[in-house]
Amino acid sequence: MRKLEPDKKLKERAKKSLSKPALLGEDIDLNRYDHAADELDYQNEPARLPEQTRERMLQVGVILDRNNRRSGTIIQMDHSVVHSQAKQDGIELMGTNQAREKYDWLSDYLWKAVAVDSDKYTAHVELNQGNGYFVRALPGSKTIYPVQACLYLAKKNLAQNVHNIIIAEEGSELHIITGCTTAPKEEEGLHLGVSEFYVKRGARVSFTMIHNWAPGIAVRPRTGIVVEEGGVFLSNYIIMKPVRSVQAYPVARCVGDDAVVRFSSIVVASPGSDMDIGSRVILNAKRARTEIISRAITIGGNIIARGCIEGNAPEVKGHLECRGLILRGGGTIHAVPELKGTLAGIDLSHEAAVGKIAEEEVEYLMMRGLTRNEATAAIVRGFLRIDIEGLPPQLNQELQRAIEVSEKDVM
Amino acid sequence: MLEIKELDITVDNREILQDINLSIKEGETHVLFGPNGSGKTTLLMAIMGSAKYRVTRGSIMFKGRDIVGLTLDERARLGIGISLQRPPVIRGVKTRDVMTACMREQTDGENIDRMAEKAKMTELMDREINYGFSGGEIKRSELMQLLAQNPDLALLDEPESGVDLVNIALIGELINELLKKEHPIRDRRHAGFIITHTGHILDYVNARTGYVLLNGRIVCEGDPHEILETIKSKGYENCRKCAS
Ligand SMILES: Nc1ncnc2c1ncn2[C@@H]1O[C@H](COP(=O)(O)OP(=O)(O)OP(=O)(O)O)[C@@H](O)[C@H]1O
Ligand SMILES: [Mg+2]
Repeated sequence: MRKLEPDKKLKERAKKSLSKPALLGEDIDLNRYDHAADELDYQNEPARLPEQTRERMLQVGVILDRNNRRSGTIIQMDHSVVHSQAKQDGIELMGTNQAREKYDWLSDYLWKAVAVDSDKYTAHVELNQGNGYFVRALPGSKTIYPVQACLYLAKKNLAQNVHNIIIAEEGSELHIITGCTTAPKEEEGLHLGVSEFYVKRGARVSFTMIHNWAPGIAVRPRTGIVVEEGGVFLSNYIIMKPVRSVQAYPVARCVGDDAVVRFSSIVVASPGSDMDIGSRVILNAKRARTEIISRAITIGGNIIARGCIEGNAPEVKGHLECRGLILRGGGTIHAVPELKGTLAGIDLSHEAAVGKIAEEEVEYLMMRGLTRNEATAAIVRGFLRIDIEGLPPQLNQELQRAIEVSEKDVM
Repeated sequence: MLEIKELDITVDNREILQDINLSIKEGETHVLFGPNGSGKTTLLMAIMGSAKYRVTRGSIMFKGRDIVGLTLDERARLGIGISLQRPPVIRGVKTRDVMTACMREQTDGENIDRMAEKAKMTELMDREINYGFSGGEIKRSELMQLLAQNPDLALLDEPESGVDLVNIALIGELINELLKKEHPIRDRRHAGFIITHTGHILDYVNARTGYVLLNGRIVCEGDPHEILETIKSKGYENCRKCAS
């Protein structure tokens, strides 16, 4: 019964924040969207979902044929978890609502990495119908194949609410691939996704997220990560398809000595897309380390690429690398790298560069016989090539393939 | 093979080369001398077709065809290749990727590896091209790429500057392979045009003609060894006198 009291307090805090605008990004009018969605039927066999739906899911790395190399699958469409199955010992996987019922200790993890009153979006997620996924790797359990989670926006004009809780218990290894997508359509929609990660002592988590929205969709992810001693959190974020507006600024806190956080992101802004995307890491424990790497390309849309590292403990180390490429169109890239140090003996650095493709580089490849277009494509491919360490080889290959497929749209 | 007549070249509205005339026949290798800033690189880049180097007068004929209007890649496909004095770094693009581009039709990984081994480049194949390469590594990389391209006319911009004594023999070997020195002169088809300050490369290649470029003009044409000796003993001062 201990959970009821804090629950009430959370709701109160949320209510007070329902009209609190976010610090960053265009302020979205929540009243423009529908908030209720029908409960959708559970699917024992996700391979039987309509072909078009499965195709969209596949594009964001969610494979539904039976022999997929996944250690579990969970699919949320609108507000319903329509499928959830763990395929490997040591992995727990279910809808967040179900986990709330099953574990009364879940309240220890709800709104602990992200504040419920951060802004109107977090408040809205707490107060409205929704769901999300709960993934937990039991102590010491190790998986090679990723758990796949799909968040699918089907209903027109819906504000989809998602609250995810990911717990990697001590010494576990967990890989997650999350694909966020919509039915192929032109209508509007809003995705509000809260994700809270808890990486316990010595655990390793990789989180690969592919976004493939539609030109009318606005997206407001709210992500917090807590990494304990010796824990490792690797995030890979790819968004290369049109979207109306995204504002995301996940915050990772290294609270245990020697914790490691790495964010890599690849962002492409098409005409009509407004993206304000960054990562922030707070190094609060000895020898904690981080690297934030981002590649931003505009082909007409606008990007603000943020990165922030804060060092508050001895011997911490952080590097921020933010590179932007203006390929074509009238879009802008605004790189905002920030470093903040509060004591001696820390080592924080950044490099940021925004520009168009250097003519000298194009000519160099043309001298070797490539046409101008081929040379440009090769340079863009190189720009997007970020070596992602720490992923199982198969997952890494999948990720590279996903990038390659989208490269064609960029060119 | 290459015939340049009355050529003027302008870079950023500044005239760098004036009234250049020269002719390189099949199988011949010519050498270009001249002090820093005299316009040597400019001449090679103009022949290759870099857009920055604008032809304001004259013609460049290659294999009987005026190539002034052609793009770099068109010239490359016609059979012109260049090794750059200071090639750019391209982040994320690996040496191997560029080699694959150079090979075009005949891409096969094994061939690339063989060439890499020959140019002592094996270690550098999966690095980003030119990123953190040493001076000597850049030279070997450029020549390896040219070997893969196998051009009929090789333009070499200071292929041996900054190369140590051991590696210079390797550079010499690579250039000779590029210019097909092993073929008897009569059926040697490949031509070369080499910029050199030290003249070391003359010990390896069979150079037929030398030029001295001074302030954007060719002031002397003759036996390259003789020219080198004169420059070594009397500097470019003598050429200046010659020119006036
Ligand atoms: N973009 C440019 N704008 C103005 N001047 C230029 C530009 N590029 C080259 N130049 C000038 O043209 C002249 C010739 O340069 P070039 O590089 O051809 O000389 P070089 O003979 O190859 O010299 P080095 O022996 O030092 O390599 C120099 O004075 C150089 O500064
Ligand atoms: Mg030069």
